[in-house]
Amino acid sequence: MTLRDTINRLLGLQRASATTARERLQLVLAHDRSDLNPELLEQMRREILEVVSRYVEIDLDEVDVSLETEDRVTALVANLPIRRAKAVAQPGVKTSLSLGVKAAGLAKAEPADRQKPEAVSGADSQSAGAQAAESQQPGPQEAQADTAGETANLEGSQSLT
Amino acid sequence: MTPHRTRNILICSGKGGVGKTTLTANLGIALARQGVRTAVLDADFGLRNLDLLLGLENRIVFTAQEVLAGSCRLEQALVKHKQEPNLALLPAGNPRMLEWLKPEDMQAIVGMLGPNFDVVLIDCPAGIEDGFKNAVSAAQEAIVITTPEVSAVRDADRVIGLLNIHGIKPIQLVLNRVRPKMMANQEMLSVNDVTDILALPLLGLVVEDEQVIVSTNRGEPLTLSGSGSPAAQAYINVARRLRGEDVPLPDPAKMGRGLRAKLGRLMKTKIF
Ligand SMILES: Nc1ncnc2c1ncn2[C@@H]1O[C@H](COP(=O)(O)OP(=O)(O)OP(=O)(O)O)[C@@H](O)[C@H]1O
Ligand SMILES: [Mg+2]
Repeated sequence: MTLRDTINRLLGLQRASATTARERLQLVLAHDRSDLNPELLEQMRREILEVVSRYVEIDLDEVDVSLETEDRVTALVANLPIRRAKAVAQPGVKTSLSLGVKAAGLAKAEPADRQKPEAVSGADSQSAGAQAAESQQPGPQEAQADTAGETANLEGSQSLT
Repeated sequence: MTPHRTRNILICSGKGGVGKTTLTANLGIALARQGVRTAVLDADFGLRNLDLLLGLENRIVFTAQEVLAGSCRLEQALVKHKQEPNLALLPAGNPRMLEWLKPEDMQAIVGMLGPNFDVVLIDCPAGIEDGFKNAVSAAQEAIVITTPEVSAVRDADRVIGLLNIHGIKPIQLVLNRVRPKMMANQEMLSVNDVTDILALPLLGLVVEDEQVIVSTNRGEPLTLSGSGSPAAQAYINVARRLRGEDVPLPDPAKMGRGLRAKLGRLMKTKIF
């Protein structure tokens, strides 16, 4: 946000069109260069969050997945703020975690077509945490504690032509 | 003495109408005036108009196709510019019979020009189809020209990707039709926006200039008559930089905000 944008906003005017142009271009080129269309991106988003949510509780409001381009090399960078570690389900065992605390804001970011887990005591049944807790798949056996505030950072680099 | 090596430079843009042919004509004249033996090759066979911009439209008898077919000599097809004898135009072909032009043909044409010229400027057709592929196959370096508009920059990005695949190097950028006032008002992508996004070294900035149209009307490129207009000076400077001279670019901070420069090259795009 530039100073001019801020002033324009205060005056109730439109933002500078060059800013809009730059942002639109960056987004469309991110798609062009990575050959990822919005549909694939949505699928990738869902899958990344699903996998990571199996291990840690993510603050879905703060999730930020970006394509960073430096000198025509583009990297996928995911910043997934972790709320706290969670005890991972034993294979085949449904574990109920105390997930309700921060779950309220999470529901909206969840794709509607997800399987809904049974309501967990005190939890919003649509929260990512509850979803992962119900997971029947084998996961890591150890629970990690006290990682709240950390960020899961997935980076993959792709050389673009 | 190092052996003679001709620089075959593709002038391309992806998007049509952004100023490829105007740049080719003006750069060709400017280089010739600076003592460089220059050939301009019109690879835009379907819709050729480099001849028109150079005022040579009435002097074309043969094209490179007749030379390749053996029905005339290279010297007969080359159209020498009267005022600038260091410059010659070679149309790649005749709009009616160009179906059989292939990448090998373009390479052969450029190969024929090699011994007699220091620089061959190849005026590329718009798009990224066969015409582009033919032209790129004959080049080692490229100048990508774009305007500060989203569609032109997007297409330039696409072309740069293809140039990289073809191993073209160096690839340099000319930003055309710049309107400093609009840039200052942030109603046009800034110079830094475009260079950051495309990640190419800037070879030149050409402002929007009415004299370009006047010169086109006359068939006399702006660089022919000296350096009267801002665009003429810009084209002359592109020629000097291309020859390795260190000519400072107009201060982008004065033309745009210069903010991206401070933020560096890293461009981050949130995708979800
Ligand atoms: N700096 C400039 N200022 C004003 N007008 C310009 C400038 N550069 C180019 N033009 C105008 O833009 C139009 C397109 O230019 P030109 O024919 O050089 O583009 P092109 O990229 O070769 O087009 P095509 O893709 O059709 O081959 C022409 O009318 C030309 O006069
Ligand atoms: Mg043209």
